[in-house]
Amino acid sequence: MSPLERDPREADLLDAERAVAAQVGAADAVAPVGTGTHREVGGPPPAGVEVRAPVGVVMYDPAELTVTVGAGTTVEELSGILSEANQECVLDPRDATATIGGTLACGLSGLRRLRYGPLRDRVLEVRFATAAGELVRGGGPTVKNVTGYDMPRLLVGSFGTLGVLTRVVLRCQPRPMHAQWGHTSDDPATVLARSFRASAVLWDGARTSVLSEGHPDDVVSQIATLGLEAQEGPPPVPVGAHRGRASVAPADVIAVGRSLDAIVGARWIAEAGVGTLHVACDEESTLADARQAVTQHGGWLLREEGAPGLDGFGVELPNAALMARVKTAFDPTNKLAAGRLPLAPREDARIAS
Amino acid sequence: MDRALLADLRAALGSDRVRAEPLELHLYGRDAGVDVGEASAVCFPATAEHVVAAVQVAARHDRPFVARGSGTGLAGGATPVGRPVVIVTTHLNRVLEVDEQQRLAWVEPGVLNLDLSRAVRHLGLHYAPDPSSQQACTIGGNIATNAGGPHCLAYGVTAAHVLAVDVVLADGSVAMLGGVTPDQPGYDLRGCFVGSEGTMGLATRIAVRLTANPPEIRTLLLDFTSIDDAAATVSGVIAAGIVPAALEMMDAEITRAVEDFVGAGYPRDAAAVLLIELDGLEHGVEAQVERVRAVGSSHGARTVRVAADEAERALLWKGRKSAFGAIARIAPDYYLHDAVVPRTRLVDVLRQVYAIASEQRLTMMNVFHAGDGNLHPLIVFDGREPGIWARVHAAGDAILQACVAAGGVLSGEHGIGLEKRDAMPLVFEPADLDAQARLRDAFDPSGRANPDKVLPQGSRCGELARIPEGAWV
Ligand SMILES: Cc1cc2nc3c(=O)[nH]c(=O)nc-3n(C[C@H](O)[C@H](O)[C@H](O)COP(=O)(O)OP(=O)(O)OC[C@H]3O[C@@H](n4cnc5c(N)ncnc54)[C@H](O)[C@@H]3O)c2cc1C
Repeated sequence: MSPLERDPREADLLDAERAVAAQVGAADAVAPVGTGTHREVGGPPPAGVEVRAPVGVVMYDPAELTVTVGAGTTVEELSGILSEANQECVLDPRDATATIGGTLACGLSGLRRLRYGPLRDRVLEVRFATAAGELVRGGGPTVKNVTGYDMPRLLVGSFGTLGVLTRVVLRCQPRPMHAQWGHTSDDPATVLARSFRASAVLWDGARTSVLSEGHPDDVVSQIATLGLEAQEGPPPVPVGAHRGRASVAPADVIAVGRSLDAIVGARWIAEAGVGTLHVACDEESTLADARQAVTQHGGWLLREEGAPGLDGFGVELPNAALMARVKTAFDPTNKLAAGRLPLAPREDARIAS
Repeated sequence: MDRALLADLRAALGSDRVRAEPLELHLYGRDAGVDVGEASAVCFPATAEHVVAAVQVAARHDRPFVARGSGTGLAGGATPVGRPVVIVTTHLNRVLEVDEQQRLAWVEPGVLNLDLSRAVRHLGLHYAPDPSSQQACTIGGNIATNAGGPHCLAYGVTAAHVLAVDVVLADGSVAMLGGVTPDQPGYDLRGCFVGSEGTMGLATRIAVRLTANPPEIRTLLLDFTSIDDAAATVSGVIAAGIVPAALEMMDAEITRAVEDFVGAGYPRDAAAVLLIELDGLEHGVEAQVERVRAVGSSHGARTVRVAADEAERALLWKGRKSAFGAIARIAPDYYLHDAVVPRTRLVDVLRQVYAIASEQRLTMMNVFHAGDGNLHPLIVFDGREPGIWARVHAAGDAILQACVAAGGVLSGEHGIGLEKRDAMPLVFEPADLDAQARLRDAFDPSGRANPDKVLPQGSRCGELARIPEGAWV
């Protein structure tokens, strides 16, 4: 019996995954789709046969703190199942109808990254359909594992350009006993220096909002220590026809925020201590200005929605030659999610035909 | 052939930085594991430029190269195969920059793990991954093996603490993978590099995340009259929704050995002890202490001792961290295994592991990272005893198979290296191994970076046949 088929509970999922792999293998161009919450991330939706990952939570043992899901399962559905055991997997996409595969492919880490780290740290195992129509598994089901290369990290943030995720094993955690948001007019650097393991410190240029999670008495004392005024839920994350996510060094968040404030029509909120900023606006040119401000500080801005005139990241991919080799290794004809990443075929590497 | 290679290396690095005397070649012929190889030259670069030069010379002579830190690896990762150039990083040992505000440090690869934590202690920070070998192993080696340690249970293994790496690729070019921005455009090449055991290039400069010291720490020692009870307590604590900072287990033999060695106050008559650390803010920690106490008692813990002060806490940890020193007094040789099983299978798998040892008439001890299911069966023996190695290897194979059968993996932190390379097909299908081989080849098309490690021969399955016309590679 092959390792893939060891567990009968996986058999149904495996059949569905094989069907996806066959579909991917047969197509000349493939557009992996989830529920469409990030259809426009990085650029217009790629052309090709739309391929959807299997749905369903196939294995969940709360005592193990891990869960195995079809990549087409929505975050919402998974959260519902985990919360029955008072657990969660910190995925936190802006829209909970997003699929887990899509959230992973877009590399969305959510607003609680400050405490819980990036999404890539929670992915234990992946299985994906390759361009050639095979199923490939990487990583492993246990919470600790160094058996072979870290394929899960390679797939997180790859925008479907290396393979179509069909199944993932995620690390879960107990839900915090208590959670409370609060805000202050102190600048985020001061708040960060005085807080301990805050789950989020968000800053919109005027107000710093803090999420404290843990034992109720500790939450109360953190709120008091930081002099926070309690607030119901997180501050609003900006919305608009044109939207992007920026990434800057954490030390530059305040300076970048100030630059964004100078751009009329740019609405933004920053994850202090992390370096991610969420920007939205009504005019495409405003997002272009925001991108320029971010790049001037050595960061980049990924177009997430709208702004058809803006390319993906606005900066050249670092190590483009190496990335092109990785892309070629998995998708030699560039048929998977073509255009999601600005990876140009290297002329010098073209096989003479 | 070697003469020309040595001459070029000496010209590039300076003759005092290149050694090829029999004694050196012998010393650098292995790591702390059991596999032995042979180097053609051993280089001691003092700068990243030296590393580039050494790699370029190796490329010109079409020789493989092997990165080496302190050589404490246990899987043969730094063992030279195919008479490579060994590049030792121990002279690249400067902490280049500590950024207190962003809580990160830039270091050279030869910085010792513990030295980094010492260097930032005055800031109330530390480097979280703490392998038991932390006094001796390098950050570069940690990154290459994705090292773990007791406190990685709550804080995550090395991969979660690496922000950026400057890598010298096999062609001598330098790439910075990752960065200090939270994400980078394109693929997470840094994520691929961490844990790649020197097969994707050599790290010359590394940015790591620093962690704030927790305000409250409680260290507990629970002692049990049966191994099963201790293992069940581990599963029980996790199932109760507690992820301790550390959750270590030691069985009877190792507990006694350690107690005789350092006198940490461990009960000499216990069948097993658990060392559990809880940290964070005051109220949460206190509540968890009570919870752990209750779980332990319900599984028959004889005593639950909470360290009263920092001195007692340090003593309890000294016991755990001296385990390997202690066993050196018992027998001249040891073979330390490393595999992971689901935490809910601990009781069952541990029983099998002990049965395997007794079947092979071997002395075995277990001291391991129980909280994440990371077993470290430790076989102690005298290698001079006729026929002993065959039994040691047979036991090792059987242990690995038992772990895999329980839904586990081949290695939790030591890596695959040479030691477990040929066991990879136990957990991966040919297509999985082929994909890994493609990834590796993308980093190193020449195949000269630490060849023969990690992937078994035959991992690449007929890729040429599948590349369609007009494809770009
Ligand atoms: C007593 C003892 C206890 C141990 N406890 C633990 C533990 O708790 N947790 C744990 O994870 N490990 C443990 N180990 C194993 C070992 O210490 C780790 O694997 C460590 O990370 C190796 O570091 P090193 O500097 O000795 O690397 P080496 O052994 O020199 O090399 C290890 C691997 O890293 C590669 N490498 C080294 N430097 C670089 C570089 N700069 N760039 C690219 N590749 C490089 C080598 O090629 C090799 O493949 C233990 C070992 C011993 C002997």
